[in-house]
Amino acid sequence: MLEIKNLHATVDGKEILKGINLTINPGEVHAIMGPNGSGKSTLSYVLSGRDGYEVTEGSVTFQGKDLLAMEAEERAAEGVFLAFQYPVEIPGVSNTTFLKTALNAVRKHKGLPELDAMQFLKLIRAKAKALNMNDDMIKRAVNVGFSGGEKKRNDILQMAMLEPSFAILDETDSGLDIDALKLVADGVNSLRSPERSMLVITHYQRLLSYIVPDHVHVLAYGRIVRSGGKELALELEAKGYAEFGSPEAA
Amino acid sequence: MAAIATLKDLYETLSPGLPGAGAAGLDRLRADGYARFLADGIPTPKVEGWKYTNLRDLAGVSLAPAQPAANTDIDLPSVAPGETHRLVFVDGRFNAALSAVGTLPQGVTLDSLRGLIEASPAYAAEVLDRFPAPKSDTGLRVGPNPGRGQALGLVGLNGAFLAEGAVLTVGEGVKLAQPVEFVFIATATDGAWHPRLLIDVAAGGEVTVAEHHVARGGGATFANIVSGVRVGEGAILRHAKFQEEAETALHLASVTATVAASATYETFVLTTGGRLARTDVQVRLEGSGAQTRVSGTYGVDGSRHADFTSLIDHVAANCTSREVVKGVIDGRGRAVFQGKIIVRPDAQKTDGHQLNRALLLSDTAEIDAKPELEIYADDVKCSHGATAGELDEEALFYLRARGIPADTARALLIAAFLDEVAEEIGDERLRGHAMARIQERIGRLTGITVDTDATVLGE
Ligand SMILES: Nc1ncnc2c1ncn2[C@@H]1O[C@H](COP(=O)(O)OP(=O)(O)O)[C@@H](O)[C@H]1O
Ligand SMILES: [Mg+2]
Repeated sequence: MLEIKNLHATVDGKEILKGINLTINPGEVHAIMGPNGSGKSTLSYVLSGRDGYEVTEGSVTFQGKDLLAMEAEERAAEGVFLAFQYPVEIPGVSNTTFLKTALNAVRKHKGLPELDAMQFLKLIRAKAKALNMNDDMIKRAVNVGFSGGEKKRNDILQMAMLEPSFAILDETDSGLDIDALKLVADGVNSLRSPERSMLVITHYQRLLSYIVPDHVHVLAYGRIVRSGGKELALELEAKGYAEFGSPEAA
Repeated sequence: MAAIATLKDLYETLSPGLPGAGAAGLDRLRADGYARFLADGIPTPKVEGWKYTNLRDLAGVSLAPAQPAANTDIDLPSVAPGETHRLVFVDGRFNAALSAVGTLPQGVTLDSLRGLIEASPAYAAEVLDRFPAPKSDTGLRVGPNPGRGQALGLVGLNGAFLAEGAVLTVGEGVKLAQPVEFVFIATATDGAWHPRLLIDVAAGGEVTVAEHHVARGGGATFANIVSGVRVGEGAILRHAKFQEEAETALHLASVTATVAASATYETFVLTTGGRLARTDVQVRLEGSGAQTRVSGTYGVDGSRHADFTSLIDHVAANCTSREVVKGVIDGRGRAVFQGKIIVRPDAQKTDGHQLNRALLLSDTAEIDAKPELEIYADDVKCSHGATAGELDEEALFYLRARGIPADTARALLIAAFLDEVAEEIGDERLRGHAMARIQERIGRLTGITVDTDATVLGE
């Protein structure tokens, strides 16, 4: 599904990712944990194609294709999805217009017919209901006036609509109360399938008891310094990240 | 601009043939206009209010009356097709065949100025005299100001050739259900017209007016429009102008409105056409509790120029003004926003707000914004804000990360930026038309037609 090899990336000339290696097979859920500033969001942006993140070395292959050669929208259409650590507010663009435009762009890329207004509304209402989002929320401007938790749910709604084959969840648990966390985790788990892989970035073990990972990695100062099974998350929760060194050491 | 000598010939040749020539009132109005033009000339950047819009490089614009192209089928723009009272002007000249005044309620008159003059020059002159004239002395500041008093050359030019235009009067307490439309169609390759548009809404009256300026084959034409507006006590006038002429056209317009106690004047200006287009709006809030909402949007690309200049003059107490102007500038396009709010000494409890925002889509796009507050009363609430910026990169990435192609994402964000202005429009027919025209313009700017909430929700 996804193969990251020796990935180095810089932001504003500063090297943030210093040789990441990671292979994610179809159906697997990998968790990335690590201290603040270790490069987790940077990795998610590099994978989803954000401008300003320069890959200086290494490769990323996604379903046999060179992911890094694609524009952000192409990656999304190919099935890469990023749930943002900080979902963006877009005044004046309603959720419905946004999602219909996105869904039809992705469908077009896949050679599927575009959905008309009726089909689209039926679909979004069903998906929103599962996330406990009402009609008002889906008609409002994207994330404008949404609480932190609502924004995260909105991102998961987008994921449910677009049905990506590889989803990156960047601290989707932060700012969620336990009920919202369960809703979001249910939303994510309902998308788990043998064809779909996920990269769950989190700071806390809490999320991983709801979205149980197959593998856990520790990212510290731009490198994956340790990998293990789901029990690693518990160990990290108990011990913290101190043993993985300081930026100077990296 | 043609030389003054040429203009003198033109004036002397055309005057005797204008409707009502020889009638005292009209001769006086035209002579006054001509004298004003000779005194003030075409505004130069030294004139207050004309610093950023330079008419110098317009030499060569023909001031001769435009000659309509062979009259092909002309489709008319409308905010409510089939449901308006309509006067149509082709290349500035009233066209009775295309007009459809329909049945007007008791107490309402809607005439072409030419028709009114032909019927009674004396009455026409009386009507013309009733309307406020734009003032060049726009502030109360004293002291040397070299530009003062020289900004009325274009208004003078309009007066010199006074013949065409429209006069709408709405009697006391009369509320028109259907909008009134003034439709200006440019078909000529060049040439000028100088219409006078007059709207008088008596106390308690209510009317919606849409003004269209569109090209149907038209080229480097020059429209020099002067409008006078009177909104009587408690009356409501909702006015929108859609300026969508050819990319080579020149459009200069000045609107002067007086608003009486508890009356409301809403005016919206869309500027998407012309190589140079300027609308100068002056609103005087003369009676306690008068309100005005001034809004506008423009889209310029290429090397085109749009200028929105306004003066909101709080003369009386307890008046409210709200102004929102937003535009998009691409290529080497240039936009000008000048907005002045005056609060006179008696205008206590004034509530005046002004917002100007420009979206710059290229490195060579340019905006000159000059917001000004002149406040002489102490118990007032006034604010203004001006911003200029680029498209939000984060928002752009968010949209693209969901599979939306970059150009579509841009078009969506531009539409979102401009839609906010349309929301300022109170009349839903004017608003609907404004939104549709904005979408169309974005479509031409970006090559992308975006979904709107209306199409997505099937509403
Ligand atoms: N736009 C940027 N410009 C400069 N440095 C940045 C930028 N974005 C992130 N960084 C730096 O990159 C490092 C990694 O940040 P980030 O990927 O957000 O970490 P994490 O998500 O693991 O907390 C931090 O040191 C941060 O300060
Ligand atoms: Mg982060």
